[in-house]
Amino acid sequence: MFRRPQLIALSSVVLLVLVLLNLPEPVAARAKLAVGSLFLPLFGLVGSVQTVAHEVSRAVLPRALLLQEVAELRQQNRTLSVELARVQAAEEENRRLRQIVGWQQLSPWKSKACRVIARDTASWWRTVRIELGSRDGARPGLPVVSPEGLLGRVDTVGLGISEVVLVGDPKCRVAVVVRETGETGVLTTLAAGVLDHRLVDLTHLPRNAALVPGQTVVTSGLGGFFPAGIPVGTVVDTRSVGYGLYAEARVKLVADTSRLREVLVIWP
Amino acid sequence: MKRARFLILLVLAFLAVFAQAAWAGPRVWLGSPINLVPPLVVYAALRLSLAGVSGLAVVAGLWLDALSANPLGVSILPLFLVGLALWQQRDLLLRELDYAQVLLGAAASAVVPVLTLGLVFGKGLHPDVGWDSLWQLVVLAVTGGVLTPLVFRLMDRLETAFLHPPAPALPFRTDRDLKRGRY
Repeated sequence: MFRRPQLIALSSVVLLVLVLLNLPEPVAARAKLAVGSLFLPLFGLVGSVQTVAHEVSRAVLPRALLLQEVAELRQQNRTLSVELARVQAAEEENRRLRQIVGWQQLSPWKSKACRVIARDTASWWRTVRIELGSRDGARPGLPVVSPEGLLGRVDTVGLGISEVVLVGDPKCRVAVVVRETGETGVLTTLAAGVLDHRLVDLTHLPRNAALVPGQTVVTSGLGGFFPAGIPVGTVVDTRSVGYGLYAEARVKLVADTSRLREVLVIWP
Repeated sequence: MKRARFLILLVLAFLAVFAQAAWAGPRVWLGSPINLVPPLVVYAALRLSLAGVSGLAVVAGLWLDALSANPLGVSILPLFLVGLALWQQRDLLLRELDYAQVLLGAAASAVVPVLTLGLVFGKGLHPDVGWDSLWQLVVLAVTGGVLTPLVFRLMDRLETAFLHPPAPALPFRTDRDLKRGRY
């Protein structure tokens, strides 16, 4: 069936694949980052082109539109100022109460915005690469959010780029709580997938969980990866599993991970 | 000539992998990324030597895995096996016909992710596979089939633009050259 050249080629490729697949995890991760860094100049070029296009589009915007946007932003600023004052008062109260009870003080989050430069080339993983690496202080496990809510966590960190595992990927499980009822569970990959990448499963719920569609799901802070209170999604529906022993729910993520351009990495 | 053709193919594979990672459009519109590497492997299998097919499978597979959560090297073997199968049968294939190229491209684009997934599962990992994956497979097969004849045409144009045409045949046969003088 195979002649000698085919056999040589086949055995060489199989040997190479076996060696690569059996590399130790840290070596394989470093090798991946090294090979992936070949693409960095192109990603940088795309980023520059996008910046220039953005600047050009801003420069040619009509004045009336800009004035309207300024008015809207002023209105939003006033609303947010009131909200900020309320939050600051609540935070101060929280600090005083923690001091009275003797609990440890919460440290404020630090965050850094960065660009999403690449998405996973395989369709069966939910990961992205961001332009933030160890030289910027990134480390594995840091939560990644968008203005809408939780996106995932940093997984592998290189010098200038990091891999982020998004919520819904099998490698990213999130301990969450339903804000209205206080029931806790774990967000996992959707078992019976439909054509909506924003749906994930909420598992490990008690069988008498009183969940109603539309309730808000936020991080519970359990597990140590994600700080408590970050919005994650809303309940879509619930179902009973394990002959009625447990309940599960489908949750629609608040952040649309397919349209990500910029994300915030937070240091809790 | 074949070496230059291989280099052009590598550059195209590099750009294809980059576009697959950087361009979110197909994911938003079709629900799946478009993979141009299997059509390039089909081209290599039908026009290049076995070394060229192997080289493309190794390099493009490494590039694909470097920008993915796949274990490094897992995409190489499926690309190579598809390339090898086509390379072996290429004398029997109607490789210059558009519909043959469409069918080969679609088949290669469907087989490569299935084999890759098999290796990923074999490595003990649990990728996100569900009913969505069937749709993604259909998208990959259809886009791969459509893109394969375009790859052939693009490569023909690039070769015309960048490579020297083959030297024309000599007007006389050297074995029939009249030799004068003493022998």
